Amino acid sequence: MAKVLMKGNEAIAESAIRAGCRHYFGYPITPQTELAAYMAKRMPKIGGVFLQAESEIAAINMVYGVAATGRRVMTSSSSPGISLKQEGISYIAGSDLPALIVNVQRGGPGLGGIQPSQSDYFQATKGGGHGDYHLIVLAPCSVQEMADMTALAFDLADKYRVPSMLLADGTIGQMMEPVELPEPQEPVFEEKDWAVTGTKCQRPHHIVNSLYLVPEELEKKNFERFETYRRIEENEVRYEAFRMDDAEYCVVAFGIAARVAKNAIVAARNEGIKVGLIRPITLWPFPKKALADAARQCKAFLSVELSMGQMIEDVKLAIDCKRPVALCNRAGGMIPSPDEVLAGIRALREV
Amino acid sequence: MTVFEKPKSLTDAELHYCPGCTHGIIHRLVAEAIDALGIEGRTIGVAPVGCAVMAYNYFACDMVEAAHGRAPAMATGIKRSLPDRIVFTYQGDGDLASIGMAETVHAATRNENITVIFVNNAIYGMTGGQMAPTSLPGQVTQTSPYGRDISTAGYPVKVAELLSGLDGPEFIARVAVNNVKNVNNAKKVIQKAFQNQIDGKGFSLVEVVSACPTNWGMTPQKALDWIDEKMIPYYPLGIYKDRSAAEEAAK
Amino acid sequence: MTTQILIAGFGGQGILFAGKFLANKGLLEGRQLSWLPSYGPEMRGGTANCSVVLSDEPVGSPIVNKPDVLIVMNLPSLDKYEDAVVPGGAIFVDSTLIGRKVNRTDVRAFYLPATQLAQQNGIPTLANMIMLGKVLKECDFTGFDNIEDAVRTVVSAKHADLFEVNLKALKLGYER
Repeated sequence: MAKVLMKGNEAIAESAIRAGCRHYFGYPITPQTELAAYMAKRMPKIGGVFLQAESEIAAINMVYGVAATGRRVMTSSSSPGISLKQEGISYIAGSDLPALIVNVQRGGPGLGGIQPSQSDYFQATKGGGHGDYHLIVLAPCSVQEMADMTALAFDLADKYRVPSMLLADGTIGQMMEPVELPEPQEPVFEEKDWAVTGTKCQRPHHIVNSLYLVPEELEKKNFERFETYRRIEENEVRYEAFRMDDAEYCVVAFGIAARVAKNAIVAARNEGIKVGLIRPITLWPFPKKALADAARQCKAFLSVELSMGQMIEDVKLAIDCKRPVALCNRAGGMIPSPDEVLAGIRALREV
Repeated sequence: MTVFEKPKSLTDAELHYCPGCTHGIIHRLVAEAIDALGIEGRTIGVAPVGCAVMAYNYFACDMVEAAHGRAPAMATGIKRSLPDRIVFTYQGDGDLASIGMAETVHAATRNENITVIFVNNAIYGMTGGQMAPTSLPGQVTQTSPYGRDISTAGYPVKVAELLSGLDGPEFIARVAVNNVKNVNNAKKVIQKAFQNQIDGKGFSLVEVVSACPTNWGMTPQKALDWIDEKMIPYYPLGIYKDRSAAEEAAK
Repeated sequence: MTTQILIAGFGGQGILFAGKFLANKGLLEGRQLSWLPSYGPEMRGGTANCSVVLSDEPVGSPIVNKPDVLIVMNLPSLDKYEDAVVPGGAIFVDSTLIGRKVNRTDVRAFYLPATQLAQQNGIPTLANMIMLGKVLKECDFTGFDNIEDAVRTVVSAKHADLFEVNLKALKLGYER
């Protein structure tokens, strides 16, 4: 299929439709609004549902409703709006329902700014809302990956009955690149043995619920859910290794930060510094083993982030603090330049 | 011979409600409406957070449990996914008129084709008797120990009046369940609220003025009398909006 | 070869559109590319800039920090980005709107009264495309061929009437 030029936000929307998603609920917020606008245009023409909800809270609870019926459904927002959705996300996770949540991050905290950021890393990977739970978190770094990972996020959510999140940022959302879109799939509306679709008076009623007042039962549910998470950690870790074969130093970065880091790595290699990149594609599950392996080969690590340093904690945990880990970061909507990352790489030789 | 039976649309689970609580009556009226209309197999109910939080165990149709106040949003999702199913929410006053006011008003203004059963007993029951958005002026609760002071806590929210001022909704009514006559009328009105959905007419809400003897600190009989003496004067019963009937009358 | 292009000016001058034209031209030529707008809360009148990277290899960072080609359509943009241009790079200045010359001596500088030309030729909104015509003439990262196809792609079907005037603007700049 021929490549087309598309914004990252639009690529998510088109890819979701092609993945059989026919239900979208959202609320306007920069820098993800193109996604909602695209859905508003396309959904009515293909028998789908676009609804601009009264709030992000309502939108995620509409998602909860559709997810309870067993159909593919999504919402999208940016950082402040994702905070509002956390209650609903916790309920969806606690009810073991698949759904896709897209966060095109902007700077925070509070109203923050509208420029790109990665400062929702903790929120996305550690749960975000209340209770013990995880989302499957995918971090695209190109418009092509925005399209590919949308489809993947739906598949993984369905496979494990775990909500998934696409954690992008304003840059990837707003930029255009050539993209090859996935082949369209017709929506599959197969009856799930847990979904609420009406009993037809032929089966006991299904209950979609996250309430377990008996602590033994709630504990059991939590242990069961974490068994699912264990299987996800075992099977679904994804990352990219760039120039790692002979690397003595390892940069860790995701999303737009990884794109910048690649430029810096090429420049550092030209200076004779043997440096490579591990780019986590799944932020949860985190590529712990790849990093632990890298720690046997590399003398030091550099975490490049658009935040005050959040992923760096997972890097340290993954390598058991066996090697020094430095931070190269910008925050508040700023993006480190390749020169700043290069300086960070050079400095690794002194740590 | 007529045998008094439990509606098919209720399960055999034992209700957890307090003695004298009117939730049991309202559950029964909803189930009777579902039975009468023959829609149990295609009905999906949305339980609230509040005393009726475990309603999902009592209704025999498919059920979901919403977050506090979000039932109309969740019902919207279900209805948009499965437009030919019958979707109802069952919500209390804190759930619908306080934390969920935005979801309520917007589902109504979209004329979302769902049925909302709104139980107004003027108090938070499950958490042990705090002031509700519908607690009456002067009403003593755990969080208004000197009586609801309208100068600081504001006035009760009159949901039926408020929503009937919107262009969106199809049907808004207020009923009570404190005596046989009122229960019989409530039964008819609730059934109409489901019939409207079957007919594709849109958002139909029935506010049910209800008793909470435990948290009101009254005997069950006194609580029913209090509905007549205090609640109904503040919350008058009646059909507040019936678009189809109004259009019919205008012809 | 990788060419990093930065186009900067006020919102409403067609900065993003000019970038889209280059991006689409790159796409038609089967090149790797990225197009990244700055986005502000102001829809019109605020500053706007647009990074375009055209390359024969996968594009790394889509953010142009050190442009090979800088196209500026207001003074603040020249002040802000002049020093960032790589030595040997090119700066294109809309001299109707920018009174001063380029200070750098290690770059090629081109001055074109694009806004005035646009007004004189009855295409007042297309100074951006006049600037691009000049860029295509003076730089070799892409040619002047298949500009028709690129313009056709970038003016949406809804605005097909704008096809001819965009071509006219490009040619005006190219012939200067």
